[in-house]
Amino acid sequence: MRSRTIDSAALVETCMALSGDGWRLATIAVTDAELPELRYVFCGPRSAGWQQLVLRPAGATDAANRRVPSLAPSNVAADWLEREIEDLFAIDFVGHPLLGDFVLHDNRWAEGVGPMRPGARIREARVERAWQPRRVLREEGAFVMPVGPVYAGEAESALFLLETVGEDVVRTVPRLFYKYRGVEKLAQGRSVQDALLLVERANGTSAFAHAWTYCMAAEEILGVRAPARAERLRAVFAELERVRRHVAAIRAIVDSTALWVGAARLLELEERLLRACGAAGGHRYLFGLATVGGLQRDVDDSTLLAVANDASDVGKHVVATVEQLAHTSSFLDRIQRVGILTQAQAEQFGAVGPFARASGAVFDLRCEQPYGAYATFQPVVPSADEGDGYARLRVLAQEIRSSLALIAELTREIPTGPVRTAWSARSGEALGWAEAPGGASVQLLRLDDEARCIDLRFTPPSFRNWQNFRWVTEDFAFQDFPIILATCGLCVAENDR
Amino acid sequence: MSWFLRGILGGIRTTRYPAKPENAPGTNPGLPAGVDPADAAQRLLADTCPTNAIVDIAEAVEIRAERCIHCMRCAPRAAASPLPWRYDTQWAVNAPKRIGDASLGKTFRKSVHVRVVDAGDCGACLSEILHLNDPLYNMHRLGIFITPTPRQADVLLVVGPVTEQMRVPLREAYDAMPEPKRVLAVGACAASGGIFGPSFTAAAGASDVVPVDVVVPGCPPPPLVILEALLALAGHRSR
Repeated sequence: MRSRTIDSAALVETCMALSGDGWRLATIAVTDAELPELRYVFCGPRSAGWQQLVLRPAGATDAANRRVPSLAPSNVAADWLEREIEDLFAIDFVGHPLLGDFVLHDNRWAEGVGPMRPGARIREARVERAWQPRRVLREEGAFVMPVGPVYAGEAESALFLLETVGEDVVRTVPRLFYKYRGVEKLAQGRSVQDALLLVERANGTSAFAHAWTYCMAAEEILGVRAPARAERLRAVFAELERVRRHVAAIRAIVDSTALWVGAARLLELEERLLRACGAAGGHRYLFGLATVGGLQRDVDDSTLLAVANDASDVGKHVVATVEQLAHTSSFLDRIQRVGILTQAQAEQFGAVGPFARASGAVFDLRCEQPYGAYATFQPVVPSADEGDGYARLRVLAQEIRSSLALIAELTREIPTGPVRTAWSARSGEALGWAEAPGGASVQLLRLDDEARCIDLRFTPPSFRNWQNFRWVTEDFAFQDFPIILATCGLCVAENDR
Repeated sequence: MSWFLRGILGGIRTTRYPAKPENAPGTNPGLPAGVDPADAAQRLLADTCPTNAIVDIAEAVEIRAERCIHCMRCAPRAAASPLPWRYDTQWAVNAPKRIGDASLGKTFRKSVHVRVVDAGDCGACLSEILHLNDPLYNMHRLGIFITPTPRQADVLLVVGPVTEQMRVPLREAYDAMPEPKRVLAVGACAASGGIFGPSFTAAAGASDVVPVDVVVPGCPPPPLVILEALLALAGHRSR
């Protein structure tokens, strides 16, 4: 990754120039010793690769060191990244329109704790205060309808503030991070293998993709490459996981419209994939399979082929079910033309994954910055233009098909040999990236001489996409809320990490 | 073809469990079990266990199942693991502070309502709970139902280590439930904090915030293991 140092004065201008040349802001990382150092990581157009801008805020006193000009006014994709850093590192972004009450909720934590800073006094920062949602809408009869954090059947914990004047919801403000577990903080000081366990468990439903992202960064630092067989198997399992997550996402959409037979059918198909993963990978959610240097266990070719066949059979049933959905008018009525995200919004606000591709913003790291086996095996990346609930459903279904085709190719003539390379400790820093089921996942990892994690920056796809959630939840009817939420397929655990 | 017909033509695919054991591959990842104090190799495993689920005390090793996060380093398929694993479904145990039988008694045998609270779960435990509704498992046939409101719930099912910001919502859900009530901590995180807790933002499991009756280890515990624990709470088995 190319790196160049810039100063505060040139930051906004340089970033705007990069965006103009087609570079996307992937994440902002903070490496925090005494003087914080901000790294703005950009993903380039195709062959350009990645580059980072390193910013060391100038200034003598501690307070002055923690002030950085905000990118948010010129590049809204930086909005949530900056809000997150303000809460976690106590760095002030000058010119940012709204900071505070984001990761750390105001009713539980005092201001300016910055728990990610070394030596932050976290325990003393606990408070118990009342908290009231801000109400922006000032119309006659307007009120805020809170949904969450504990709601519905087995929903993930998050609070949604629905601002309404009666029947229709004008806008929705999600309040997330109820499930903040501090993966990035807990990783500090752990051995490279133990920090992997944290990343894996940040989101159990796309554990393998995140574990792979992490391993890619660690392997780059340690100067090793996973053997050819491991690279191939990693891609097979990553695609299996994608298929499973997409089946679950379609199931959630069908479930939200109360089409029970279809939902039950898809639930059963998802269970078949879980069992296939369990039988081949040893764990239903593929925990403990990826390891730094390759895979922890080998899978013999016949098992792998059996899994591929099983998955392809499941895929046929999913396609048939989606086909029937396309002819069920009561279902289509509820997901068509609801929760629309335009292409301009998706691109401007840095949406990723199938969520963005359903709005015509096509970006897939497997094609843009190929890694592992994707260098030779390229997927077909489907997209749609409408950006509504139905477009998202179609993109998910088409991606299942494309992933299964890719699995069939990947399981042909699998290279033989070991699945694990030995490594010895080395210090350094590197970027790992992968197209997780939800979209682009980026991790910036630093290791010390004994291969312990100094710090880790983990920007998952759901974090990028939740930022767009307010666009899809403007002016809709109350009863559509669960449906819109389901069609977005956003994961709270992955965002909160 | 209508959805109804398609559903009916699929036939019954539900497991015979609990009448007969379910042995389909991939339904159970297993759990480390069994300890041989004389085995030096097992004692060495205590060093590789990231959450101290395998502890070396004086002359013996002990398994603390509620701490196991399924890192699979000591799994039978890992390079020559000397540790035996179990593949049954009776993983659940009474919480350490629980005195006496945790079951709700015979009255609840055919109808027990469960409120699930996500207190920092990664998504895997929730997904396994969701699969109890799967036609392949179908917990409804056994009289177990998920309810959206704690006011109608008999069992509070907690997943996740209980993050700082979920403490109050979890406590409020528990307080809203009528007596008699039971708390089931599902998964390594809720059982012990797992890999996340205790930490600056996570508690050491559900028992830090609400009184836990039954603990289900596993990361995540597979559907049948959770079902088994719910059956025990519903008075099908005494515990």
